[in-house]
Formats: sequence, C-alpha cells, structure tokens
Amino acid sequence: MSVEIRANWVALQTIVRREVRRYTRIWPQTLLPPAITMVLYFVIFGSLIGSRIGEMGGFSYMDYIVPGLIMMSVITNSYSNVVSSFFSAKFQRSIEELLVSPVSPHVIVAGFALGGITRGLAVAVIVTLLSMFFTDLQVHHLGITVLVISLTATIFALGGLINAVFARNFDDISIVPTFVLTPLTYLGGVFYSINLLPPFWQGLSLANPILHMVNAFRYGILGVSDIRIGVAISFMLAAAAVLYLVCVRLLQSGRGMRQ
Amino acid sequence: MSTALSIRQLTKTYGNGFQALKGIDLDVAEGDFFALLGPNGAGKSTTIGILSTLVNKTSGTVNVFGHDLDRDPAGLKRCLGVVPQEFNFNQFEKAFDILVTQAGYYGIPAKVAKERAERYLNQLGLWDKRDVSSRMLSGGMKRRLMIARALIHQPRLLILDEPTAGVDIELRRSMWSFLTELNREGITIILTTHYLEEAEQLCRNIGIIDHGQIVKNTSMRELLKQLHVETFLLDLKESQLVAPQLDGYPARLVDDHTLEVQVEKSQGVNELFRLLASQGIEVLSLRNKTNRLEELFVSLVENNLQKVAP
Repeated sequence: MSVEIRANWVALQTIVRREVRRYTRIWPQTLLPPAITMVLYFVIFGSLIGSRIGEMGGFSYMDYIVPGLIMMSVITNSYSNVVSSFFSAKFQRSIEELLVSPVSPHVIVAGFALGGITRGLAVAVIVTLLSMFFTDLQVHHLGITVLVISLTATIFALGGLINAVFARNFDDISIVPTFVLTPLTYLGGVFYSINLLPPFWQGLSLANPILHMVNAFRYGILGVSDIRIGVAISFMLAAAAVLYLVCVRLLQSGRGMRQ
Repeated sequence: MSTALSIRQLTKTYGNGFQALKGIDLDVAEGDFFALLGPNGAGKSTTIGILSTLVNKTSGTVNVFGHDLDRDPAGLKRCLGVVPQEFNFNQFEKAFDILVTQAGYYGIPAKVAKERAERYLNQLGLWDKRDVSSRMLSGGMKRRLMIARALIHQPRLLILDEPTAGVDIELRRSMWSFLTELNREGITIILTTHYLEEAEQLCRNIGIIDHGQIVKNTSMRELLKQLHVETFLLDLKESQLVAPQLDGYPARLVDDHTLEVQVEKSQGVNELFRLLASQGIEVLSLRNKTNRLEELFVSLVENNLQKVAP
C-alpha cells in the first residue's frame, strides 16, 4: 500500500470513529428517540388502528408497515446525522481541522457518509429488534434487504452532507427534513399500498423516490412491492453515485468553507 | 540554507471587490523565526489563510519546502502546522481526542498519535486536562491546545497567528521559551503578533505588511538600526514644575515626577545625565516610552498610509 493510500485509510478510519463516537456519546438524542417513536407507531398504527384495517398486500397491517417504519428511521437518521455533524463542524469552524490537513475530499465525503450510514443502520437494528415484540418478522430476500437499506442510508447521508454545505444557519438544516423528507416519507407508501390510490395519484406517487426505496425494502422483507425492484435498485445506485460526485465537487470547491 | 516558504506575486481579491493582497513577494529561510507584522486588516491573516488553504488565492504562487500550493497541496499541507487566531476545535471533544483525531487526518496511526499527544500535552502543561472537554478549558489552555494540535504531525513550518493574544504575561513568557526551543530544534516559525516586544524578542527576520503590500522585509537587527531616535521616560526623585532646559535633548514633563526625553542614537545618554546632574535633578529610573520596534513599526505604517492615501 502506498504512503498516500495508507494515510487516507487512517484518515477515513479517524473520521468514521469520530462520527460514531459523536452519535453514541449523545445516544439519548440520537438512538433513543427513534426507538420511542417507532414503538408508538407500532402500538398506535399497528396494534390499535391496524387491527381494524385488516390485511394489506396479503399481510396483516402490522407486518405491512414494519418495513416502511424501519426505512423511515433509516432515512431520518442517516440524513440528520450528517447534516448536523457537518454543519456544527462548519459552525464551530472545526471543519478547518480537516481542510488544513492533506485528507482527500473523497475521504472526507466517505467518512461523513459512513458516519450517517452506520447511525441509520444502528437505528434500523434497534427498530427491527423492537418490531419483534409486535410481529414475527421474516426476511424474504436477505441480499435485496441489505442492499436497499444500505443504499438508502448512503443516499440520505450524502443528501445531508449537501444540505450542510449549503446551510448558513441552524434553520437551514431543518428545512429539508421538515418540508421535504417528512412529507415524501409519509406519502412514500410507508403506511399504505399505492394500489389503494386513484390512477392519477398512483402515477404521481411513482415520482416520489422514497416510494421506490420503501417498496424495494418491503419486497426484501415480505416479498411484495408496488414497484419494479430492478428499476428501484438501479435508480438508487445512480442517485448514490451522482450525490457522491456532487459532494466531492462541493468539497473541492470549498463552498461555504473556504473564502 | 534552503527556503521554507516562497511567495511570489500573491494577490487576493474578495468577492466584495476588496483587494486584501496586492502582489506580495516573501521568502522565509529554513530554520528562521520570522515575524509577519502589520496593522489590523493589512493582509496577514489572508496570507496565512492562503498558506493553510482556507482562503483561495486570486493569483500568484506559494511554495513550502518545494511543494507548490497548486500542484501538490497535500505535500504542502504535510509540511505546515497552523495555529489560527480564533479557536477552531470541536468544543465538545476532549483535549486528548482532539490531538489524536487531528493526527489521524494526517495518516498517523493511533498508537503513534497517542504517544505524541501525551508528549505535547505534557510539554504544554495540559496533560492534567487531557480528559477535559475543550470548552471547559481557559483561554490560555485553549491557545496551548491549538499549538499542540498544530505540532501533532511534526510540521517543518509552523505558522502562529497571534498565539499569545489575551494570554497573561507569565504564560506568554513560557510560550516564548517553548517556541524558541521548537525553533532551536529546527522548526521554521512564522509569527504574527500585535505584541511587538514579542516579535523583537523572538524573531530574527521581519516582514511588515500594510494595505496588502510588504513594506519592509529585513532582519530584525537591520530594522532596529534604522531607529534614529528613542524616547525615554525618566522617573525623577524631586517634583518639577517645568521641564528643564537640556541642550540637544527635546524634553517635556509628563507629570511632576516624570520627564520624557528624546535621544538621538548618536548622542547617547551620558551627556543627558550630565546635564540633569548639573541642574540638580536626580533620576531614580529610566525606561523606554514604547518598545523600540513599535516606534519603527508605527513610523513605517504611517509612511505607507501617507503613500496610499488618496
């Protein structure tokens, strides 16, 4: 391994370790709230209301919404981890520690993204374990399940990084989660099948990228989906690649960080 | 001796049109202890910002130990340690973790990083505070932590942007001896400071920057030679109502016990004391009114101001 590659490998490990240390140190703010929120969803929507709804897609309503709720936690947590970590580094100017060092922009992007991905996946594991108190979860296709959840976490971690680069104050890092991610997630088939919608709204829903992610993950767990899995995974791979390149380009330009 | 830093025709124009640097040339030799002085807004921090890559230059070249900023920024950064003016570390991290993390960014394995962190925290008197969150440290401790952080990758060129600002005199002097020791070990140091006594005490060479231009770049000794007149304050034993007539020495009373006298370098002070003694005036003590470098600095900057004024 060349000196350059070894140095970047150590730097990557350092950034990831620091990110993991950050969100585990403040676990009551990062890992506990999604657990509580999802238990409430399981109790209210799954047990109380779900028992009156009956089956959806051939499964009990509780079984049907569990994959969507896991994805909802992954999306929220991978995004918010990176956006808050990177923006506070900008705000405190500790980002300068990285900028003055010889770390490549690729390593910085990968390091922050991996921090967000690991938090998203850690929350996914917690929520999955909690869901087992409410349902007997079976995995239909492990490979697709792991691939889809990893790609989703990657996409939203990178999205969080872009948001943080452009953000100028703390309001700017809450606008996208509040006004974009939350509506798209709720309308992304977490709680219902789009087959229940009139044709126009079904067509419109297909333009929601989160619908494809949720359904691809649901296919991995339950084996049912409203969309074509191949298309969804291709879209996610392309989105992850494009977002990664945008992040690297932003860091190279120093936008919002260098004068 | 090789060149540690070479800057050629460096310019920086900010987005609002303000031209912070107007084509500066600067060379700092390896092993030097160099003072970069200038009034507020002169371009010191912009120059340091460009060196540390936190400010994008408009034009010109920067070379650190043979590494060109445009062609080999990673190589340049490995040679460079920067202590910025403002605190820029994570306020929630522990002092020890800040150093080990910074070392990791330079590709230094954790084991080596921990050994170095221990060494520098000990040298800078912070070992007892290693597990303290950095926001809980005093201002002086934070400054020392930034010095330790800048040294963790063992740079060949250390740039300190007002490292002793707001630091008490005792700590300042201990930092001076630490920096002198570092320089003796071979680290080239560039220092910006508003304490001109500090620059005079520590630095061998000096560059004065004003309005984005280098107005003086010479050795400290040469610069101080240019000082023709020094102003002394004499503490008098007896109260005086009017300033005494001292032939060749312009004098005025600051208060009834303090006399201010201007002495040309060629005159010396023996004759002054003889004149005072002949008038029965007894002097208790003698001191410079201002630091010698300060007098020169003010005159150079004032001259430059007259040149650039519309």
